Amino acid sequence: MITKINNQLYDQLVADFEVRSIISASSESNELHALREDAFEHFKKLGFPTTKVEDWKYTNLTPFLKQAYATEIDDENITITDSALAKAAIAGLDCYKVVLVNGKYNAGLSDVIGEEGIGVSALSSAVNDASFKAHFGKYTKIDQFHFAALNTALFNDGLFIEVKKNAVVKKPVHIIHLLSSAGNIFIQPRFLFVLGSNAEVSIVESFVTADDCAAVFVNNVAEIVLDENAHMQHYYVQTGTEQTRMVQQTDVSQQASSVYNNYKASFPGAALLRNNFNVALNAENIESHLWGLYLAGGKQVVDNHTIVDHRKPHCQSNELYKGVMKDEAIAVFNGKIFVRKDAQKTNAFQQNNNLMLSQKAVVDSKPQLEIYADDVKCSHGSTVGQFNKEALFYLKSRGIGEEKARALLIHAFAFDVTEKMPHDAIQAHINHLIEDGLK
Amino acid sequence: MLSIKNLRASVEGKEILKGLNLEVKAGEVHAIMGPNGSGKSTLASTITGKDSYDVTGGQVLLDGKDLLELSPEDRAREGVFLAFQYPVEIPGVSNINFLRTALNEIRNYRGLPQLEAKEFLKLVKERQKLVEFDAALANRSLNEGFSGGEKKRNEIFQLAMLEPKLSILDETDSGLDIDALRIVANGVNKLRSEKNAFIIITHYQRLLDYIVPDFVHVLYNGQIVKSGGKELALELEEKGYDWIKEPADEKELV
Ligand SMILES: Nc1ncnc2c1ncn2[C@@H]1O[C@H](COP(=O)(O)OP(=O)(O)OP(=O)(O)O)[C@@H](O)[C@H]1O
Ligand SMILES: [Mg+2]
Repeated sequence: MITKINNQLYDQLVADFEVRSIISASSESNELHALREDAFEHFKKLGFPTTKVEDWKYTNLTPFLKQAYATEIDDENITITDSALAKAAIAGLDCYKVVLVNGKYNAGLSDVIGEEGIGVSALSSAVNDASFKAHFGKYTKIDQFHFAALNTALFNDGLFIEVKKNAVVKKPVHIIHLLSSAGNIFIQPRFLFVLGSNAEVSIVESFVTADDCAAVFVNNVAEIVLDENAHMQHYYVQTGTEQTRMVQQTDVSQQASSVYNNYKASFPGAALLRNNFNVALNAENIESHLWGLYLAGGKQVVDNHTIVDHRKPHCQSNELYKGVMKDEAIAVFNGKIFVRKDAQKTNAFQQNNNLMLSQKAVVDSKPQLEIYADDVKCSHGSTVGQFNKEALFYLKSRGIGEEKARALLIHAFAFDVTEKMPHDAIQAHINHLIEDGLK
Repeated sequence: MLSIKNLRASVEGKEILKGLNLEVKAGEVHAIMGPNGSGKSTLASTITGKDSYDVTGGQVLLDGKDLLELSPEDRAREGVFLAFQYPVEIPGVSNINFLRTALNEIRNYRGLPQLEAKEFLKLVKERQKLVEFDAALANRSLNEGFSGGEKKRNEIFQLAMLEPKLSILDETDSGLDIDALRIVANGVNKLRSEKNAFIIITHYQRLLDYIVPDFVHVLYNGQIVKSGGKELALELEEKGYDWIKEPADEKELV
């Protein structure tokens, strides 16, 4: 059984690693250097997955990986236009703006955050930070995740955010990930967000691609740590163009009484969106909520793999992913909930609902529960359906035209997710993107 | 206003309306009564254009315009309104947003300008009063979690907002308490004019005490088998349908 895709890119990355390893040995801590070496060994073992690998069964990477990509970014290839950045703008959201271009922090385009208690910096300048050393690479399983192993071995920059103990950040931090390149690139940015105990922050991440951008393959990894009683609202707004391919891994690690809410919305455009989303509930009284919305169109592939791992008692998790499927789009939902033996009194719910607007769209939905504790409340399920005909007729019988009636029902379908978003401006932004995505 | 000639309609191959005739003039109120399953709701659905009903013959004209040629939304824009027997719940669609969309679509069709938010809200307030419909409910999702009676009131509130030419009320009285029945009936009476018409489908004489019909028809086995004045409703209340069914069944056998 062939489980690895062999291609030019793979060989190129092997060569890159030889160089990276030498640089790392001389400029990075022994620990980080060892981690990179270890990660690359794992990557070599795992390779780029073929569809023979269970977790990649429905998502064929071959067409996206066979293109030629540069792994070094040539700064001359980058143009930053206002119109490209404007795609990420959220009207009416009072926030701190942080801009990354092709995964590199751009101080000139970013706001200076004057607030005490929060630090935002390029990841590369944080490597000697105590908090970086305490957490970096501790949560991402490089022996399991192909792309995360590769990222760990080869990342060269990204973003580090630390919210200090007891700090409540007043405004949301809006991270704009802009992709812009005249030539094809393969980039591997890395993120670490650390919230001290009782810290609170909202982070909004918008992914946008410049209109004239060449093919970009993004292999992102983010580690997010919440200490006791920390609260985080975390948004992902994923857009892109035909040239955007993205594999995004997020590993969340929570301590007692912390609350992590993730709101993830993706829209037609990007050719490939794969999200590996893993949440570990490591102590008691934790809440974790994953609210996802995907509006998929064209020949887009949107693949959400999530793992919610209940390790201790008295925790609660909710996961609701809703998909609206147009054209010939393909969506994959694979949600695993683990309830370990120790995790008594767990409440864990998971649901995936899909609304099919086209007969050619495809959804593969696989919710899974693995429960080893006996005193728990858990449920999971998935549905795939069309418009409710009665509802459609009701709207039309009041004079509302077919197209508007459908749009109303799609917004209504998405509402279960959008209503959960605590920032009205973001909710409105998402609703606009839904409208645009339906055109 | 409405002219139905020899209308035949079927569902899943089964003929339900079997050559139905009905003439309704502007300013009139017609009541349609008849046993369960006789085809009353089917008639309403056929006039409004529900696609699960196949029209196999006949004609439905509204002020000379062939309704059967039009999409459901265009029929509504032409001025047809159905207060549903079972209004659907649509979670996530706000009542107000829905009404505003509907009203503007209808106005647009009629070449009228869109209503400004202010004017619209003024109209909402005014029409809410007419049916004494709780303002708080109107800010909720469309019919979601509404009680049976609240759903019916919401239908009449919509009717008041959209000002149709022809309104069909399909068992609006069922599920209404006595006070609500009077309120709804009063609302309808206030909306009555020389320019519009109402078809009121009901099983009970009680509603017709409040909304006094000009004509009462009995629909049985897909046809209107008897018509009369408002006294007919009283007679039906007293005698039931058997005296009408038997001659009609005999006629069909012949
Ligand atoms: N969608 C459908 N599929 C199958 N049969 C249907 C459908 N709709 C209506 N019918 C049948 O058509 C007949 C007429 O139904 P209709 O709802 O018009 O009756 P009604 O006169 O409104 O009755 P009620 O007084 O109980 O409301 C019934 O026998 C019913 O079962
Ligand atoms: Mg009926």
